[in-house]
Amino acid sequence: MSVRRLAKEQPASFAFSKDTKAKADWWIAKYPESRRQSAVIPILWLVQKQEKWVSEPAIRAIAELLGMPVIRVLEVATFYTMFQLEPVGEVAFVQLCGTTPCMLRGANDLKKVLRERIGEPHHCSADGKFSWEEVECLGACSNAPMAAINDYYYEDLTPETLAKILDDFAAGKKPKPGSYVGRGASEPHDAIKTLTDPKLYDGSAAKKIKIPNLPEKPKKAPKAKTEA
Amino acid sequence: MVGILEDKDRIFTNLYGLHDWGLEGAKTRGCWNGVKDILDAGRDWIIDNMKASGLRGRGGAGFSTGLKWSFMPKELKEGRPHYLVVNADESEPGTCKDREIMRHDPHLLIEGCLIASFAMQAHACYIYIRGEYVFERERLEAAIKQAYEAKLVGKNNVHGWDFDIYVHHGAGAYICGEETALLESLEGKKGQPRLKPPFPAGAGLYGMPTTVNNVESIAVAGTILRRGAGWFSSFGRPNNAGTKLFCVSGHVNLPCNVEEAMSIPFRQLMEDHCGGIRGGWGNLKAVIPGGSSVPMIPAEQCEDLPMDFDALRELRSGLGTAAVIVMDKSTDLVRAIARLSYFYKHESCGQCTPCREGTGWMWRVMERMATGEADMKEIDTLLDVTTQVEGHTICALGDAAAWPIQGLFRHFRHEVEERITSYRAGRPHVQGASLIAAE
Repeated sequence: MSVRRLAKEQPASFAFSKDTKAKADWWIAKYPESRRQSAVIPILWLVQKQEKWVSEPAIRAIAELLGMPVIRVLEVATFYTMFQLEPVGEVAFVQLCGTTPCMLRGANDLKKVLRERIGEPHHCSADGKFSWEEVECLGACSNAPMAAINDYYYEDLTPETLAKILDDFAAGKKPKPGSYVGRGASEPHDAIKTLTDPKLYDGSAAKKIKIPNLPEKPKKAPKAKTEA
Repeated sequence: MVGILEDKDRIFTNLYGLHDWGLEGAKTRGCWNGVKDILDAGRDWIIDNMKASGLRGRGGAGFSTGLKWSFMPKELKEGRPHYLVVNADESEPGTCKDREIMRHDPHLLIEGCLIASFAMQAHACYIYIRGEYVFERERLEAAIKQAYEAKLVGKNNVHGWDFDIYVHHGAGAYICGEETALLESLEGKKGQPRLKPPFPAGAGLYGMPTTVNNVESIAVAGTILRRGAGWFSSFGRPNNAGTKLFCVSGHVNLPCNVEEAMSIPFRQLMEDHCGGIRGGWGNLKAVIPGGSSVPMIPAEQCEDLPMDFDALRELRSGLGTAAVIVMDKSTDLVRAIARLSYFYKHESCGQCTPCREGTGWMWRVMERMATGEADMKEIDTLLDVTTQVEGHTICALGDAAAWPIQGLFRHFRHEVEERITSYRAGRPHVQGASLIAAE
């Protein structure tokens, strides 16, 4: 378990922006009317997008919106590690994957870069622009080592490319997410040997087909069975 | 040709995202073809064919998917709607296959959701995607929008089965990949697993009959039914049928995802698709063959190893999610497993005492094993503790935390012992030195 507490310094108030409120309503509509509570994680996430972190007044506002006791929202906000309970870097918040598959491919070297450039994890840099933390497996192991920066994945990193990405963020640019060795996704780099058959993509698979082993009377048989 | 599987038999034809992910592209590749005929054949036919295909769940446990579907109540009762929940909370270290399905072939998943929901008489399906997959979620939402607009899903759709599909997301908890924890999380609570029974098929989401399936299990359903159960079961050894996405990471020259036939020999998988082990086959030290939760196997056992459920079980490991983590001779195995122990300590939900306390304890001892500071007799104590955690918790996270450690000591105990023995060598002797205070 990870011990997580609310930040000591809290803002005085919180208000949903118009956009956040509209999106929250869209989420709430996905669940049965009596199950509004289901939307709590997506709405906490929206609030985090709006404010950059989750504050105590925001938790109260969400509880009111969903008709939940405040403690239930607090419990969710502290249980799930994606909710940032303290402010994070304004320009770039780096979540570096440090679990074994990434570690095997050099995540520890990336940690050094982040320590040098930003400082200790969970603390904003002096100018407040950057912060970082080590997270557990982000599920892009074939593209290890990788980091999620402001929600998007930067993959196949080296200390040099990570430093370059941080430079770009510092210069106000928006570096492109994805692989930094020139891969499109998780294919073998420059050596795709599968999925090369042109017949897969010429539309022949879209022609009308006969489904194999269909029952003889497809439409009546199942109905008769349920009546019996 | 490389590998065993031919291109014409691959299900995920846009695995690498080189083609259009959208509805038009998916249709060109055969997705949504014949779905109406499949639904018209009736739910018993679908379930029978899924059983006959031999598909075993792709989320790790390897339970027959068709059988799982058949556990749902046969009749839909008033006020007791059925639900399909798709587990897209892919968080097992090493596993990165569902991500590729959702961002590159989302329509296969949506099509599978419709077929599975029809077979289980569910009118609503929730896809629970992990919170970190922001891009994948956006892509999936866009694909679902396309499907609604084309009337493939939704009310009064062309398939004649009213069906709503929703995306829900989590927020970074590994435990939510456990099906009952996922349901708790979907209900807006902490993701703490429920005691079973009742099983989700009896009382799942909101207490209603629910089936939870992995993304890959659902996404292959359409193609299996289109091409026939016999086609799918023709791959792999008996009881290990089908094609499978393998996620290869770690010390190979070309880490990648690839769809291959089940039971492909490990060495062929490495050499045909992954460019071989870094430094050559002889440089292989150990493999974690099915995601972090399964015990590792040493290189000697990998020579003729078929990658399937039964072969790996015989080696006291498992296929899990087919996430192959390769470690070459440069790897500090103790450090690698200590890092996994930290992972489980971090991800324990805290509900059961053996896991909450045990994972932290095991991690602290593993850290000392990794440096060599531990005492020799602590090895047996540690193994004893792993057996006290294993099997004594509500869900399998306790087991998953114990197994990697057991696997390490089963095959590489001598390495840890050497490290402990040589720890004092070359260090100045300090009387009564205790470098780490007990926590």
